[in-house]
Amino acid sequence: MIKKVEMLISQRRIIALDTVELTLKNKYISQTARPGQFLHILVEGHSLRRPLSIASINKVAETITVLFKINGPGTKKLSEYKNGMYLDVLGPNGNGFQIEEHDNTILLIGGGIGVPPMYFLGKHLVEQGKKVISILGFQSAGHVFYEDEFEALGRTIIVTNDGSYGEKGFVTDALRLVEDFECYYTCGPLPMLKAVTAKLNDCSGYISLEERMGCGVGACFACVIPTNDHFGYKKICKDGPVFHSKEVSL
Amino acid sequence: MTDLRIELPGLQLKNPIMPASGCFGFGREYSNFYDLSKLGAIITKAATGTKRYGNNTPRVAETSSGMLNAIGLQNPGVEKIIASEVPFLSNFDTSIIANIAGSSIEEYVAVAAAFNEAPQVAALELNISCPNVKEGGIQFGTDPLMAAEVTAMVKRVSDLPVYVKLSPNVSNIVEMAKAVEKAGADGLSMINTLTGMQINLKSRKPLLANKTGGLSGQAIKPVAIRMIHDVSQHVSIPIIGMGGVTSAEDVLEFLLAGASAVAVGTANFQNPFVCSELIDELPSILDKYGFSSVSDVIGKGVIV
Repeated sequence: MIKKVEMLISQRRIIALDTVELTLKNKYISQTARPGQFLHILVEGHSLRRPLSIASINKVAETITVLFKINGPGTKKLSEYKNGMYLDVLGPNGNGFQIEEHDNTILLIGGGIGVPPMYFLGKHLVEQGKKVISILGFQSAGHVFYEDEFEALGRTIIVTNDGSYGEKGFVTDALRLVEDFECYYTCGPLPMLKAVTAKLNDCSGYISLEERMGCGVGACFACVIPTNDHFGYKKICKDGPVFHSKEVSL
Repeated sequence: MTDLRIELPGLQLKNPIMPASGCFGFGREYSNFYDLSKLGAIITKAATGTKRYGNNTPRVAETSSGMLNAIGLQNPGVEKIIASEVPFLSNFDTSIIANIAGSSIEEYVAVAAAFNEAPQVAALELNISCPNVKEGGIQFGTDPLMAAEVTAMVKRVSDLPVYVKLSPNVSNIVEMAKAVEKAGADGLSMINTLTGMQINLKSRKPLLANKTGGLSGQAIKPVAIRMIHDVSQHVSIPIIGMGGVTSAEDVLEFLLAGASAVAVGTANFQNPFVCSELIDELPSILDKYGFSSVSDVIGKGVIV
């Protein structure tokens, strides 16, 4: 259930170019959040909350980690919040990733600021005894983050658009380097999701979508996406942000 | 003890606070946050004759002290709303005001008539002011003759009191208000959103897929106050005021301007509890400014 909570900022780090990691303390969300869910964060002076995917939780320390890219005035302002300050947060929002019991080898494909929810999922899958392979795409070497964290989960391939680190190109170019897997999970910009789902059309997979949101709880119909059945729709904030790759029309 | 009750055509409200149409869906999501029975009323999301998908995304954009939206009247259609949404809302001890929209007078009339079969609905809000659909809505809201015609036709078929929701995107809102009053409107609700646009500097394109959208939030409050102030002096039907209400002080200001009740829209997105909190805070704010009841305040700020 979504609650409105105050979250204490316990750590703030710049972890890559324009990329900020916030560790937030809150008992309720740390105990209840599932991989794929997001927090809806109020930024002082801004009328719409910012949806941020959860990158990891620590149930013992009662903390939640989120990452965001400084991309405009709202995220700039959020990046200026200091340790010890409180954030007004709705969460955990959304449905989270569905995990199939029978799948043993899982491919994670994250692009840019779509990488964080892949980490929460990857940690969870490894805890369940599953094998995880990760392909992570970034703009350039300076944008790369969480490489060591993903390496600790399993084989990790880094791709940069300009080739300044790892493989050169797009995450889809690295798919040829990956052996058999039973299911894939992906999050990233829309063109990447379109390319990934097209290339992995024969595979079972789940995608996590982002969209500009209003209420974030399913009331305002701002973040809808058409479904592949006739004239249907889903609300990204409430029915998603995770969907089966065949469920919605990108 | 401060008296928050207010009586309007078809509505006996325990307090003057209600969520605005389109910002609260059909109440389901917000019922997880607090007991909707606390609300004076609920104005539901617009109903059209058949289901509508609405516009492409992005449908919202943040602005300074507000937001633009271009949802495009997405809804499952009036029959489904009556069958599955109205019964849910009738579990709560609050008045249901159904917002209705259409592309033609025939559609408005059909939707209005359909709500005669929903005894739980206490009143209609006639949406002639949605700026985000190509057909219907706004052209009825900017021409006083068309506004009067659709009002009269809806009044003819409906058993319910009709509150006409006015658009601020007109040069003379008093003329619009007088036209619908003469056509039989039982009340007014105002204001709907102001048409606006935002251009993304990188893409050099409008941020909203619909290009234009309706501006709401705190940015439009002074426009709403001015229009309610002006209209209230020229009509004798009550006004449900809206436009950027965020605090109990804002509620007081709308009442002073001439509104008899107040709807809250965009503020629900920042704070899902806002309507509930305003109801809690209103008595002390009224008391602070020397009022013992909501009805005492209405129009006290109007300068004739």
